Amino acid sequence: MRKVAVIGAGMTLFRRRLMETPKELCFEASRMALDSAGIEMKDVDAVISGSAPDGFDGVHMKGEYYSDGCGAYGKPYMRVFVGGGTGVFSAISGWYHIASGLADIALIVNEEKMSSCMPHPQSVFAYIWDPILDRPLKPNLVWIFAMEMNRYMTVHKIKKEDIALVAVKNKRNAVDHPCAQLADPNITVEDVLNSEVLAWPVQRLDISPPSDGAAALVMASEDAVKRLHVETPVWMKGVGWCIDSTMWTDRDLYFPEYVASAAKMAYKMAKIDNPRKQIDFAEPYDPFDYKELHHMEGLLLCKKGEAPILTREGVTQRDGDLPTCPSGGLLGVGNPIAATMGVKIGELYWQLSGQAGKRQIPHEIKTGVTNAWGDLMQYGAVAVMGV
Amino acid sequence: MKVGIIGIGIAGFRTTTPELSWKELTYEAAAKAYKDAGVDPRKDVKAFVTCAEDYWEGFGIFDEFTPDQIGGALRPVCTICGDGIHGLATGFMQIQTGLVDVVAVEAHSKISDLLTYEGVVQHALDPIWNKPLRGHPFYVAGLEMNAFLRASGNTEKHCAAVVEKNRNNAMRNGIAAYGANVDLNDILTSEKAFDPLKKLDISGLADGAVVLVLASDVAAKKLKRKPVWIRGVGWANDSPSLETREWETAKYAELAAQMAYRLAKVKNPAREIDFAEVDDKFSYKELQHLESLGLAKKGQAGKMTANGDTALDGKFPVNASGGSLGCGDVVEASGLHRVAEVALQLRGDSGKRQLDGVKVGIAQSWRGIPSTSGAVAIMGVNQ
Repeated sequence: MRKVAVIGAGMTLFRRRLMETPKELCFEASRMALDSAGIEMKDVDAVISGSAPDGFDGVHMKGEYYSDGCGAYGKPYMRVFVGGGTGVFSAISGWYHIASGLADIALIVNEEKMSSCMPHPQSVFAYIWDPILDRPLKPNLVWIFAMEMNRYMTVHKIKKEDIALVAVKNKRNAVDHPCAQLADPNITVEDVLNSEVLAWPVQRLDISPPSDGAAALVMASEDAVKRLHVETPVWMKGVGWCIDSTMWTDRDLYFPEYVASAAKMAYKMAKIDNPRKQIDFAEPYDPFDYKELHHMEGLLLCKKGEAPILTREGVTQRDGDLPTCPSGGLLGVGNPIAATMGVKIGELYWQLSGQAGKRQIPHEIKTGVTNAWGDLMQYGAVAVMGV
Repeated sequence: MKVGIIGIGIAGFRTTTPELSWKELTYEAAAKAYKDAGVDPRKDVKAFVTCAEDYWEGFGIFDEFTPDQIGGALRPVCTICGDGIHGLATGFMQIQTGLVDVVAVEAHSKISDLLTYEGVVQHALDPIWNKPLRGHPFYVAGLEMNAFLRASGNTEKHCAAVVEKNRNNAMRNGIAAYGANVDLNDILTSEKAFDPLKKLDISGLADGAVVLVLASDVAAKKLKRKPVWIRGVGWANDSPSLETREWETAKYAELAAQMAYRLAKVKNPAREIDFAEVDDKFSYKELQHLESLGLAKKGQAGKMTANGDTALDGKFPVNASGGSLGCGDVVEASGLHRVAEVALQLRGDSGKRQLDGVKVGIAQSWRGIPSTSGAVAIMGVNQ
């Protein structure tokens, strides 16, 4: 199997409202990634993009619309869309473009502009349900995630205080991230527990914000890494992806089986048989604080129900034994759905290549894992990266 | 590693399918493809690819609804916002990595559910520069047809010959929704639409689904199947903006073909390829695509068509299936349908429209107005 490395990355500010158009956001992130890799568009063989619902922008085939912002003019270009899983899946797409031998260097650009959607992006989420079985109940995403969080808390007898610790950790970690939208150096568990209740047990500070932003990566084959004399390539060691049934009402929500399935696929490829020992740090998808815990378990980094304990004991702090979301995650940096690639795959790249600045994990790290999660609590995209 | 097609399933095509959901249509195509390939999707198929766009489907996040009807629940499935040939290329790449060995690719159209086709296509125009001009977006096709005919010397009569050929070919295709015994006069005197486009120059919409099963050479052998080999794939975009794109030639098709020819080691496409299935969502597009793919000399595609060279019994048959004009425009399933047709022809399974002695075929797609996105696949019976 051809080896594939990330050799450059870039991301824009994550903000509630940015003035740039989707094309401009794509351009900014692409330019940063190309500069970081020291290459130009002429060196790029294929462009991959990722973005979530077209409904946010009100643009049909929006991947075509913003393609020139990604430099895709006159190039092989493909957009992938697996809901919230896109933040990691588009990097998996970059991997197979190169691992297949069809491209040597690929540019991967993920963009999201949620603020165009008035009054709030939740109105697009009114159209993600089964039109016969779900939609008449007028559900929204916070509502179903509240059910999942409740189930997770009930099965493992987890206290809200322990879950709130995740929001506190990530929003504090985000203080060191230059793109962060909701960093807070002074946030406490009490702040989270006292924030407005949206749908019990979900409170305002349990959730990441809607954001605008873009992120981009440059990936290269082993040959290209040598040719370009890349000093700190970060290799894609394993990839996995999995979708569960559309019928989310038919499964036990306390454990994300589809994440575990994608993780097993990625670990098999990366030859990892004991993830807790062989993985040095993690960037699990954290649009809600309980999701970080849920995903740590789904990624088999701990036993079922054990993630809150590790969090309470400080194991997941940046200087802990298993640093988790050292970037600040979606909770702290922001959640422009597909563009969260910048805090997931991007953070793995910056940490493993020693470019994370103030966020750098203080001890030696060799292997990291990340996942993105989406659709109707059903998509898992997992990547293992290493030096 | 070689990758081939070992299973073909098609459901539809019909102008409307009120008794079926898109899931049921896709299920039918998938069941046929898995039976044809002799595979159990829950065991043998290692990854699944769907080609879909939210607005065509009427959903916020269509990917949610992809797994169940193709046997993909709790398995690796992904959605590509592209035509079926983009999906084919995705499956091709996934197999080439060595990570998976059998992939199912699905594309479908339930366009009859869409009450506001014109409005949805309008939303694909640049929201700042173009959409405010209003009007049915097919004016873009009218403008392009005008530019192409003027630059190439092809004529409206040549375009009418494409329609006559394709809709008559479709009379021999059981899945076609728009087969008709129309002649040049019917077409040339049909109602003006987006000048110089006339009503019969435009493909009608149809519902349908196509599923293909791809396999590596090793997996095909294990499954005791004789594949149609995918010798090359290519895809490309031109500028998305109306103001800066190429209007006279189909740049996206030219670039996509260059990539596919390179992979397939095709040096002289017109000589080495026996027949073609090219996009014909509008009649002039068949001529423009043939020239951009290097299958006809610049300015000659119309004459070839008028001479009967691209007819079923011609030197270089084009759109023996009936194309989009004859079978119906099945949006993102269009390209996958044409790949299926090339594979059926190469297997000798095309019934009343079977071409004699064909060994190498090409399928090409375009994502429609206002995109400049196209993809190409070259298939052959020999490795």
